[in-house]
Amino acid sequence: MPLSTQLETADDQYVLVASLDNVRNLSNILKAIHFKDHATCFATRNGIKVTVENAKCVQANAFIQAGIFQEFIIQEESVMFRINLAVLLDCLTIFGTNSLPGTSTALRMCYRGYGYPLTLFLEEGGVVTVCKINTQEPEETLDFDFCSTNVVNKIILQSEGLREAFAELDMTSEVLQITMSPDKPYFRLSTFGNAGSAHLDYPKDSDLIEAFHCNQTQTNRYKISLLKPSTKALGLSCKVSIRTDNRGFLSLQYMIRNEDGQICFVEYYCCPDEDITDSEL
Amino acid sequence: MRCLVTGGNVKVLGKAVHSLSRIGDELYVEPTEDGLSLRAVNSSRSAYACFLFAPLFFQLYEEGSPDPDGETFRCKVLMKSFLGVFRSLPSLEKTVEKCLISLKPRASRLVVQLHCKYGVTKTHNLSFQECELLQAVFDKELCANALHAPARVLVDAVVHFPVTLAEVTLGVSPAGKVSFRNYLDEETEPSRTMVTELCLSEDEFQDVRIQQQSHVTFCLKEFRGLLSFAESSNLPLNIYFDCPGRPAIFTLSDPLLEVHLVLATLSDPNSSLEVPSTTLRARPANGTFPPAVPDDDFSGDDIDSYMIAMETTCEEGPGLPSSPTFPQRRPHPGAALESESSSLESDQEGAVPGTPPQKKFRSLFFGSVLSQSQAGTHTGPSQDVLAEDSEGES
Repeated sequence: MPLSTQLETADDQYVLVASLDNVRNLSNILKAIHFKDHATCFATRNGIKVTVENAKCVQANAFIQAGIFQEFIIQEESVMFRINLAVLLDCLTIFGTNSLPGTSTALRMCYRGYGYPLTLFLEEGGVVTVCKINTQEPEETLDFDFCSTNVVNKIILQSEGLREAFAELDMTSEVLQITMSPDKPYFRLSTFGNAGSAHLDYPKDSDLIEAFHCNQTQTNRYKISLLKPSTKALGLSCKVSIRTDNRGFLSLQYMIRNEDGQICFVEYYCCPDEDITDSEL
Repeated sequence: MRCLVTGGNVKVLGKAVHSLSRIGDELYVEPTEDGLSLRAVNSSRSAYACFLFAPLFFQLYEEGSPDPDGETFRCKVLMKSFLGVFRSLPSLEKTVEKCLISLKPRASRLVVQLHCKYGVTKTHNLSFQECELLQAVFDKELCANALHAPARVLVDAVVHFPVTLAEVTLGVSPAGKVSFRNYLDEETEPSRTMVTELCLSEDEFQDVRIQQQSHVTFCLKEFRGLLSFAESSNLPLNIYFDCPGRPAIFTLSDPLLEVHLVLATLSDPNSSLEVPSTTLRARPANGTFPPAVPDDDFSGDDIDSYMIAMETTCEEGPGLPSSPTFPQRRPHPGAALESESSSLESDQEGAVPGTPPQKKFRSLFFGSVLSQSQAGTHTGPSQDVLAEDSEGES
């Protein structure tokens, strides 16, 4: 690629350099967490984690491991900056979102360090675009303290089974109620909208369910407006793992297979809406 | 009421709901002996549709036990929420194996349960409102003209009209010429508008019965809704119509399913064929005077009450209570029916003149039959024809 040879000499001044043959492997996964315009990027030797938060209640993380990139060089232990995700996505898709089959946009992403812009070199069909996006002061991200040892219930299912359910959620309902239980109804999604209530039940022996580890009946409510954005990740994913811990915190992990068959993960954390009194159950 | 729909019929049901959703914001659900009826009417009451699914359409059909008055329970639900259950037709076809609809008056819920692939169950508990019977009054037998055509022919005909077109004019001549053209209202400058007219040959139709030359103008949106249903279920369409101003009736018929769509047509002031405009009248019930409706659309099931109303009015003509606010014209007895002066004993209160519709379309006449009065006081066909009260329009 002429792009890399031309820039090689200047590489050592960057703390982070990452190249990708197909920019969509990055842009698609960032779209899955694009529900707020500001994202915190955190890069280590293992790859890049991009975090988006809303209302101090929900957090989405996209993990793009170093192996996804054709070149991934990091000079420091960790590199962190905040960036406008909408602008970043606009730049990444500057050649259009649907390139013709067989053609793809190549990306080289460079960052010189604190105070410098993030520089993107995008190339498609011999045309190179250089984008510089100002970075911002990184902000502390929420720590949900979601620890796998505290997980009470866990279900892994094929995303196909949830896609329609999430697409058709009754948005007049304020909450989505998730029931996970070792006994009936096993796994239930409920909404309570203007027109009445709706329940969606998945039996535990359904072919959609790949793993069912529920130890105790838990019913928690989550603000539907906070969970709805995760539909984007659901749409891209092939499998989803739904976990709740002893505090009722929800973790949704989406396994996303990119166009080159590599696996990436997007994770959503959401805190429960309120305590449900017994009478409501 | 409990009914179970399986296999491909779920999609038919879904399609029907989609078609009804083009008409009104509320869906009237009525389980009857003859099957489950789903109806809708638009807010200006110029369009009405009824889908009657025969008991054999269902895997299981229980009409439900009638209440002490001998009436089965009927209700209306928000169209939006019912449509939500059947929103995605492709997924309905792909994933839903059976659909159980049960009306639980005690729990005040209409429960629609979809049993899908992989054992997934979707349960929708919809809230409903009790309601009166919704019934448009029409009689296709009284229409001078009838067309019988495969849905495909009509779909191909209307596809040429812009999506934004509101109304279309259907014209026929005794020579067998059938044409569709886009309707232009008086304000439109004819020289600046494109007019599309399609002429269909008689051979395209399965049957053409034209007694008088006529052209009627009706809304395209509702018609398209029915056409898409007819096309998907591969049923031929019957169109019955008369002179401008009289409702046009569209029907589909199958052993398992009967569909009626009644659309008001524009009255044409220039047309010599038009029936003279008649007084609006509705019979009071329970001491309330319901909103009035034009009576030249009466016919069908409630022809008796229409006749009674006519009789009464004619006899008492000059003595009619006159409306202080609205001009009142004498009804034209010949307009609706020529002969057959009903000799029914009329014991009802005098008919009350009402408000002529101010809108372009005349309202159809919808009898709203109070369930109790029907069951309690009458043995024969119901004579209580009311325009429905405005309960649903709040």
